[in-house]
Amino acid sequence: MVEKTPILDSFTYVFLMIGILIVGFPMIYSLIAATLPLEDVSRVPMPIIPGDQFMVNMTEAWTRGNLGNQILNSFIMAAGITFGKISVSIIAAFSIVYFDYRLRVVAFASVFCTLMLPVEVRIMPTYEVAANVLGPLQALWDVLHLNSLVSWFTGNDFEMRLNWSLLDSYTGLILPLIASATCTFLFRQFFLTVPEELCEAAKMDGASPMTFFMKILLPLSKTNIAALIVIEFVYGYNQYLWPLLITTDPGMTTAVIGLKDLIPQADDLPEWNVALGGALLVMLPPVMVVLSMQRWFVKGLIEKEK
Amino acid sequence: MAEYCDMIKRSTYKSSYLPYLLILPQVIVTLTFFYWPAVQGLIQSFLLSDPFGQSSKFVWFYNYKEIFTDPLYLKSILITFTFSIAVASVSITLGLFIATMANRALRATALVRTLLIWPYAVAPAISGILWLFLLHPSYGIVALAINKWLGLDWNPVLYGNDAMAMITMASAWKQISYNFVFFMAGLQAIPKSLIEAAAIDGASPFTRFWTITFPLLSPTFFFLSVMNIIYSFFETFGVIHTVTQGGPGGSTNILVYKVYQDGFVGLNLGSSSAQSVVLMTLIVVITVLQFKYVEKKVQYTG
Repeated sequence: MVEKTPILDSFTYVFLMIGILIVGFPMIYSLIAATLPLEDVSRVPMPIIPGDQFMVNMTEAWTRGNLGNQILNSFIMAAGITFGKISVSIIAAFSIVYFDYRLRVVAFASVFCTLMLPVEVRIMPTYEVAANVLGPLQALWDVLHLNSLVSWFTGNDFEMRLNWSLLDSYTGLILPLIASATCTFLFRQFFLTVPEELCEAAKMDGASPMTFFMKILLPLSKTNIAALIVIEFVYGYNQYLWPLLITTDPGMTTAVIGLKDLIPQADDLPEWNVALGGALLVMLPPVMVVLSMQRWFVKGLIEKEK
Repeated sequence: MAEYCDMIKRSTYKSSYLPYLLILPQVIVTLTFFYWPAVQGLIQSFLLSDPFGQSSKFVWFYNYKEIFTDPLYLKSILITFTFSIAVASVSITLGLFIATMANRALRATALVRTLLIWPYAVAPAISGILWLFLLHPSYGIVALAINKWLGLDWNPVLYGNDAMAMITMASAWKQISYNFVFFMAGLQAIPKSLIEAAAIDGASPFTRFWTITFPLLSPTFFFLSVMNIIYSFFETFGVIHTVTQGGPGGSTNILVYKVYQDGFVGLNLGSSSAQSVVLMTLIVVITVLQFKYVEKKVQYTG
């Protein structure tokens, strides 16, 4: 820092080490527990020298919890949310920033309002929509008495029943979570900082709007997209309440929810080694994504909240 | 607000259909999964229906009156506020402390960041499992230490306060890295010249922290408080569902868990919707407060 403070500096490092240890302790301790056989892990306190049962516990967790299938489900959900959110919002932001049309402000304001209101505050009605995603259309149809209109028009009895359930499907896991403006907002902020000259030059060269978007704007957005991939992947993979509601088929359960079955209850054998092994396996994909794309992640996290 | 939404490029494209086509997916998704459910929820909160959804009648504010006279609901509000303030203060204090230390440790910043950042990626539910193991009354090492060294009769399975402490730790732990990232960015944005000028005037590192760094971090501080409170309102559902299921005796039954319990398990649609509306209003109020504050900040810095 500014002046030489050797004592304070050494304290700094000591405190930093303690801080890192506190943050890392639950992980390290679980990692050790996951290597121990049952009789060691149920001893209090358990030995802190790692055992040799790591692979055994992992395999047990993998098969008992059906983790292969569940991690695949989580992965599909996370990838779907990431891809869906980013692609839907980048074109929406392009529309808002680069076009002048009558409903522009209305469209943006209505999307903007969804910021900060997560799916958790409207779970019941969103569930009903997911149970029949054409429900809103049906309601509109009924309100307008279109049945009788069509009956009158064709001379036959007519009744329309629209039904498309998203329960226990990947679409149902993914689509409702895309309804959030955070990414749109980020892309909008970014597009506003792109120099005006780029668009003017492209126009002068006769580039169509879509050419400008594909050839200039998209390549410029690469860093932002990378950052959002990390954030949205973690967000999607770690979802809990929504997948819990709309999946009843065990084959569609996601990994974070499925782990609950591995936790030993009061009457079970205290197989914490298996439970923690499973927990470590399940947390691996998002942790790897964050660590490997750390630079973009930090940048994205800070930009996203501006 | 209208002015804010009106920012646009000087040179724009004109097209009669393309902008509508581009924004259409977002509008459809928002209408179907945001506005429609929100309106439905609002309507449902004024209805009383039987559990099978066969019939319902309009009851004005009956559901709201019910929940606000229900001692369980009032307790749940109190629990939620206690919980979110506890989570915010624990994780912000630790995040700020570690970030300040890391900012002084100039040589190891990158390594320290790597070591501190990964809990962000751990799902709240998994964080709950890790901490349940540490604080488990019969197997937990931390629980053992509390029993032995502090002489407390620690048992989160039986005692409400202990259970609350457990979910607070599990929820705050993963937020430490989130707060760390923001404080780190805030610290690095403070001009070195300010600190140096104060040092020349003879201010000690501690004085400098309290009189320069801390006030300059106040926007970050405020922003993080809001984000952490919102996090503990909603995302901690996974912790509660995995670890305590709202127990023992409803002592960890936070609002979002109660909405789920009453709606999906108890099938009391009207009450659950009214609770959702209250929750929504709370969040809107918090968000509006934040926006107001941010606007002030913008004026201040010119």
